[in-house]
Amino acid sequence: MSRKDITSGNWAVAEAMRQINPDVVAAYPITPSTDIPMRFSEFVADGLVDTNLVTVESEHSAISACLAASVSGARVMTASSANGVALMHEIFPIAASYRAPIVFGLVNRSLGAPINIHCDHSDSMAERDSGWIHIYCEDGQEVYDTMIMGVRIAEHKDVLLPVFVCQDGFITSHCFEPVEFMEDDEVQAFIGERDPLFPLLDIDNPVAYGSLALTDYYFEIKRQQVEAMKHVERVYKEVAQEFAKKTGRDYPVVDTYRTDDADHIIVIMSSAAGAAKDTVDSLRERGHKVGCMRIRLFRPFPAAAIVDALKDARSIAVLDRAASLGAPAPLFTEIKGALYDAGIHIPTNTYVYGLGGRDFFPHNAEEAFMDLINNKMSPEERYLGLRE
Amino acid sequence: MSQVIEVRWHGRGGQGAKTGSAILAEVLFEAGKHTQSFPEYGAERQGAPMKAFNRVGDEPIRDRSGVLTPDVVVLIDPTLIDAVKPTVGGKDSTVYLINSPDSPANLKKKLGLKDSVKVMTVDATKITLEEFGQNRPNTPILGALAHFFKDVPLEAFIDHFTHKMGGKLPEKVLKANQESIRRGYEEVQQG
Repeated sequence: MSRKDITSGNWAVAEAMRQINPDVVAAYPITPSTDIPMRFSEFVADGLVDTNLVTVESEHSAISACLAASVSGARVMTASSANGVALMHEIFPIAASYRAPIVFGLVNRSLGAPINIHCDHSDSMAERDSGWIHIYCEDGQEVYDTMIMGVRIAEHKDVLLPVFVCQDGFITSHCFEPVEFMEDDEVQAFIGERDPLFPLLDIDNPVAYGSLALTDYYFEIKRQQVEAMKHVERVYKEVAQEFAKKTGRDYPVVDTYRTDDADHIIVIMSSAAGAAKDTVDSLRERGHKVGCMRIRLFRPFPAAAIVDALKDARSIAVLDRAASLGAPAPLFTEIKGALYDAGIHIPTNTYVYGLGGRDFFPHNAEEAFMDLINNKMSPEERYLGLRE
Repeated sequence: MSQVIEVRWHGRGGQGAKTGSAILAEVLFEAGKHTQSFPEYGAERQGAPMKAFNRVGDEPIRDRSGVLTPDVVVLIDPTLIDAVKPTVGGKDSTVYLINSPDSPANLKKKLGLKDSVKVMTVDATKITLEEFGQNRPNTPILGALAHFFKDVPLEAFIDHFTHKMGGKLPEKVLKANQESIRRGYEEVQQG
């Protein structure tokens, strides 16, 4: 059984949180994710959840409270954006190292300055080495579904890592569109109870968190995190498969659209994939063999799946909604690395688009495709939708 | 790709263009359409010009970019005719729906539109002042929009309000909303 309703990306997160009924939510609202703690706090006030909602005085305190609750054995969720995410930065690698399976609704927004409330991926890309799992969603349905799957992936004994469920600020978070919801008991049956491995509050089996490990053990502990990340893709696939069986909605680690016989492929993330896919259809009607690959799982980076989808292309365009100032853009670098390791050399263009919420239209995707089709290839960074 | 209808709403912060766009999405969704509704946010302040958008189609809608070439342009506030350029991206087939006591012919001239372009006007401010004693123009506008989405009956717009807001609003306010939608449909001038 399921119900379909019009909802926004933010409300989809809040609804998933209501159904998940986490033990603790600690949050400090920030645009454009404000609706998440706002709506969730209504559920708390109305007695619809049993959650202990901790209203803190900053994002740093929010994630600190989340971390403490998570290592105590609680199921914990929160949300934030942009400078809020940046303020949490200090605690993110600690949460990953403590193996705290926090599920985090990250609503992507550009980092200041200038002050800007709109979408790009500069906030989450700055956290790509924090040891968290990163999943980027295209629409509200995917956001809702991923929050629920995220609990299972994060809490799996072979993983035990926190997860960012990313959606594009305003574009997805404030867009009202149809979303199919599961029943409350279906969500509960899917996620089950959290069975924490070494909870701080298990007084019969005392453990310590926050201990010192210098030259003697720090390196080994990081190595264990590397190992945990290696398990993520397998666990992700198991959870996604089970989810697909229940709902009919399938979420592979990379979403390939008409790439099978494509000569030219755009690689992109999140909501802009929609305009790129529409452009694939219109260019195919004009006889061009083009396709689109959307990276959903970004950390760990699913190199094998990506290489498999790209290996027969004649040229590739990687579109980043974040710049790495002074170096090639993050997704571009990763894609090139994956192809290099596979011994494949395909000419690849790099484009930065949509910074500070600059809109990404089908004609921007077409511009990148036409460069590929007309063999205008070079390693120099290009920009879509920029005035120069 | 199937035909997607794109709507652009112009309003001022606080006038209900965003809500109007969201309600339109809900009504058409309930009538079996795929819909999208999203606002364009600037600095959020009361009275500042803002835009909201709808896409409506028979298949899932993937494009999330702003609407460039609208099929319908809605002006919630008549003073926006001079403040923004409501005709930007307009096609010969674009339909304009304006909250105004003025005639479609006059507004067509004011907007610099060709004679063949369709303009609809409805005095939504007057209707809601009479029905609620407040200027909440989006309900008559929704009623008038039923003329454009001809495969969805007016009753769908009215019924949506009843089952969405029934129990949440006092009976009197609910009735005023329903009446405003109906009057918007009936009192619209087409030219």
